Amino acid sequence: MKSLEELAAIRDRMKNVVNTREAGEDNIRIAVGMATCGIAAGARPVLNAFTEEVARRELSGVTVTQTGCIGICQYEPVVEVFAPGKEKVTYVKMTPEKVARVVGEHIVGGTPVAEYTIGAAQR
Amino acid sequence: MQELSMNVLDVAENSVAAGSTLTRVTVEIDTAQRLLTVTIADNGRGMDEETVRRVTDPFYTTRTTRKVGLGLPLFREAAEATGGGLTIESQPGRGTTVRATFTLGHIDLAPLGDMTGTIVGLVQCNPEIDFVYRVTADGEEFCMDTREVRDILEGVPLSTPEVAVFLRGYLQENTENLLKRSTLI
Repeated sequence: MKSLEELAAIRDRMKNVVNTREAGEDNIRIAVGMATCGIAAGARPVLNAFTEEVARRELSGVTVTQTGCIGICQYEPVVEVFAPGKEKVTYVKMTPEKVARVVGEHIVGGTPVAEYTIGAAQR
Repeated sequence: MQELSMNVLDVAENSVAAGSTLTRVTVEIDTAQRLLTVTIADNGRGMDEETVRRVTDPFYTTRTTRKVGLGLPLFREAAEATGGGLTIESQPGRGTTVRATFTLGHIDLAPLGDMTGTIVGLVQCNPEIDFVYRVTADGEEFCMDTREVRDILEGVPLSTPEVAVFLRGYLQENTENLLKRSTLI
């Protein structure tokens, strides 16, 4: 059975990671819509999938967090990606299956996955 | 909502929005009484009596961008469908406690679902505030307090993806057998 003591090892590893980069400004933020509409549409598994993918790839400077309802409930689960110096990218009707590509191509590679974005959905 | 745990996430987000710094989520399973009780208790800004009366009305919301608020009405509906109910106690400046009861074994009881995902999501997305998650089943108990986790982390944020992944495994393993009892009737 896992115990909280195992967190100490993660803490020590993370402290090293945090120390080797400039904290703050260069962070990429992945925000999953977690209001009633997002949750009902399946936001929680999407949040979980992003978290696992970011952890698996050991990406530093990437935060997975939540946002409220941004008024496009019919497109939930909605995910917004904020990268420093770049325009916000809004992904719609997200699923856990789509997450690996977004992390690989966009978060790591720097190129948004156009076909998952709201621009593509509205066409 | 397909799972009660999704209602819990939604209602606990109200606590976060109300400025709660310590939110307690409790799941109690009593198989002898066929009773499942889910409580979300916060120390946020609370509500006056009039507001408490209105919050389970789907056409009431505090938001200004649209005219419906479905979180609490959906949770109440899920409880009442099983012969249970929902109560809200609140005091301005002190906090709010939402308690829903469900009849175990009732044909219309929605599955509890991924409670671990709900708790980890709350903790990860709101790393500056604290949560206490307690599960009891017929006298056995598990409890996680993020203040304790925070102490161990020594400044490493609760939002760190690696920490969230660990907490997920930790909660899953430690609550699985307790939560399973809600499905045994």
